[in-house]
Amino acid sequence: MTDAVLSVRDLVVEIPTRHAVLRPVDQVSYEIEKGEILGVVGESGAGKSMTGNAVIGLLDRPARIASGEVWLNGRRIDALKGDAMRRVRGREIGMVFQDPLTSLNPLLQIGDQLTETMLAHLDISETEGRKRAIAALDEVGIPAAASRIDSYPHEFSGGMRQRVVIALALCAEPSLVIADEPTTALDVSVQAQIISLLKRLCRERGTAVMLVTHDMGVIAEAADRVAVMYAGRLAELGPVRDVIQRARHPYTEGLMASTPLASRGQTRLRQIPGSMPRLGALPDGCAFHPRCPKAQDKCRRDPSPRLDTCDGRAACWYPVEQREAAE
Amino acid sequence: MTAPLVSVQGLTRIFDVSKPWLNRVIERLPKARLTAVSDVSFDIPEREVYALVGESGSGKSTIGKMVVGLLNPSGGVVSVEGVDLSRETDPAKVEAVRSDIQMIFQDPFASLNPRWKVRDIIAEPVAARGGDTEGLAERLLEQVGLAAEDAGKFPHEFSGGQRQRICIARALASEPKLIVCDEPTSALDVSVQAQVLNLMTDLKEEFGLTYLFISHDLTVVQHMSDRIGVLYLGRLVEEADPDTLFERPAHPYSQMLLSSAPRMDGFGREVEPPKGEIPDPINPPSGCAFNPRCPLASDLCRAERPELRHLEDRRVACHHAEKALGAGAEPA
Ligand SMILES: Nc1ncnc2c1ncn2[C@@H]1O[C@H](COP(=O)(O)OP(=O)(O)OP(=O)(O)O)[C@@H](O)[C@H]1O
Ligand SMILES: Nc1ncnc2c1ncn2[C@@H]1O[C@H](COP(=O)(O)OP(=O)(O)OP(=O)(O)O)[C@@H](O)[C@H]1O
Ligand SMILES: [Mg+2]
Ligand SMILES: [Mg+2]
Repeated sequence: MTDAVLSVRDLVVEIPTRHAVLRPVDQVSYEIEKGEILGVVGESGAGKSMTGNAVIGLLDRPARIASGEVWLNGRRIDALKGDAMRRVRGREIGMVFQDPLTSLNPLLQIGDQLTETMLAHLDISETEGRKRAIAALDEVGIPAAASRIDSYPHEFSGGMRQRVVIALALCAEPSLVIADEPTTALDVSVQAQIISLLKRLCRERGTAVMLVTHDMGVIAEAADRVAVMYAGRLAELGPVRDVIQRARHPYTEGLMASTPLASRGQTRLRQIPGSMPRLGALPDGCAFHPRCPKAQDKCRRDPSPRLDTCDGRAACWYPVEQREAAE
Repeated sequence: MTAPLVSVQGLTRIFDVSKPWLNRVIERLPKARLTAVSDVSFDIPEREVYALVGESGSGKSTIGKMVVGLLNPSGGVVSVEGVDLSRETDPAKVEAVRSDIQMIFQDPFASLNPRWKVRDIIAEPVAARGGDTEGLAERLLEQVGLAAEDAGKFPHEFSGGQRQRICIARALASEPKLIVCDEPTSALDVSVQAQVLNLMTDLKEEFGLTYLFISHDLTVVQHMSDRIGVLYLGRLVEEADPDTLFERPAHPYSQMLLSSAPRMDGFGREVEPPKGEIPDPINPPSGCAFNPRCPLASDLCRAERPELRHLEDRRVACHHAEKALGAGAEPA
């Protein structure tokens, strides 16, 4: 065993429908180590949130884990039920979603929300809980934390609320944080504050972070490694610099090239033709082949390539050749 | 020089955000007024892309809505094709100009009628004027990266990104001259965004379109625009072409915005995150509204609001712009 905080093995999530069984997450495997930030990118509908939700046991019916394993700190958690899973969620896994209001109770003062969460999961007194709540708010950069602890969520701006959510996610000192688009709705200056906060906490406390985002800039600056998802599968997984600058999967390469920064000075951006297939209409073979400039017969015919049946980095039969001495 | 297609002069919009009358009386509260847009002036020449950037609440959408005529200015003038839309009394003239303006909204969910088929949604602006809609929706759908067969479907059958493409198709249907795009790609993935931005560039070339392009994404704005206006708390604080703005921003706020934007080559970059938040627009700081967050703020900045003035080939509203240019030259 490695010292991975989170280990996801061949995870499959299925949604039974009248016509077929959909697989929004298909044989996904990855690990996150202590103090590591794993960025997860991919087009809308690629299965990023579904993967995160499966890990924390929050799949909405009728979606369910069909096979595979989720290990947290050496313990298997994918089969845990109800209360047991709820305990793991609060104590060992913290969650930050895009909309801070989904994680905050609008009727409760934020200090009470923090204290309650800590009392539920840590063996501390109420006074100690309140003291720690102030410290937690202070740590995420809420000015005058002691006097704002009795405020209600609506009395904060969007960026402040997201910081409260982060304080809430971290107050029970979890070993894993799942942050699903934590800054998407925020301004760049607030985003910079939140990202730098996540990085610092991860560094200082050794928290493992799964950071789902569309923003390649955020990924570049925050993540250690990146997982690229396409149509429910992992297309590529590797160190952040390699994935962004020396992509091996043609999808990753196209994705990076289509950002305005990569096409600096050109009138047109590079684009990937077509769009991601819907789950009910996945093509045979590699799901990316209809859009892939390098697709061959094998890509159309053979079962979908996986990281472990290819080079371990890109799930592709004909990965992009690494150019020597890029730049 | 020809007259600009759009000319905005001293544009101002104030919202009454007071509590209901009875509460005010009981709680002895004064009337509250929020100045969302204050004395904003800019021109957009035909076939150019003018971008407005700024953080949430800076007044971008409010300006956009005033330009298309969805919202009346509290002060100032918007003229399009030389017609002052809020004061022109000839309805035929107003109608003629209005039909040349379309808007694409930020929220692709709110702006599509859920009961209509996509075909009817897209063709509606043309059908309303009795134009030819034969095959129009199908053609536009393909142009925005969807399939012709999608014309027979309903909005709920599409993802957020796909719905935004439908909105763009609808805006294009009446072949307008000016499109006000309010965060047109904010809800889209980078790959889809590239398709849509390319499409917008192509259409601009093909039909000679002019865009007022609203976005908070600096990389998108840099790619798309000919000129960029930076807004802070309802005021234009800097205006320049993309190269000037991105290579040598002169306003400390522009500098802060540019340096905090995440970069794709910023591996492991540790930036000192900007301090503070946008102030309450109901009680903005005195003098320059940026002074509480500004590293260069002086007594002058707290006392006196800087006017927008010309400095080299940009306009900037900062007492210390020369100093800021010297100090904060942002590496491109
Ligand atoms: N109840 C459901 N029935 C059928 N398909 C579903 C259902 N719920 C989710 N899906 C599909 O599962 C897939 C994965 O969705 P998921 O939310 O994980 O995507 P994502 O990568 O997080 O996208 P985004 O970037 O938009 O958040 C999508 O294709 C979605 O359409
Ligand atoms: N109808 C309204 N009534 C009261 N206040 C309003 C109204 N519309 C906008 N405002 C206020 O005006 C200011 C400018 O809002 P606007 O929507 O133009 O900002 P924006 O720059 O488009 O922001 P975002 O990036 O969040 O879209 C904000 O403070 C907002 O709260
Ligand atoms: Mg998601
Ligand atoms: Mg807006």
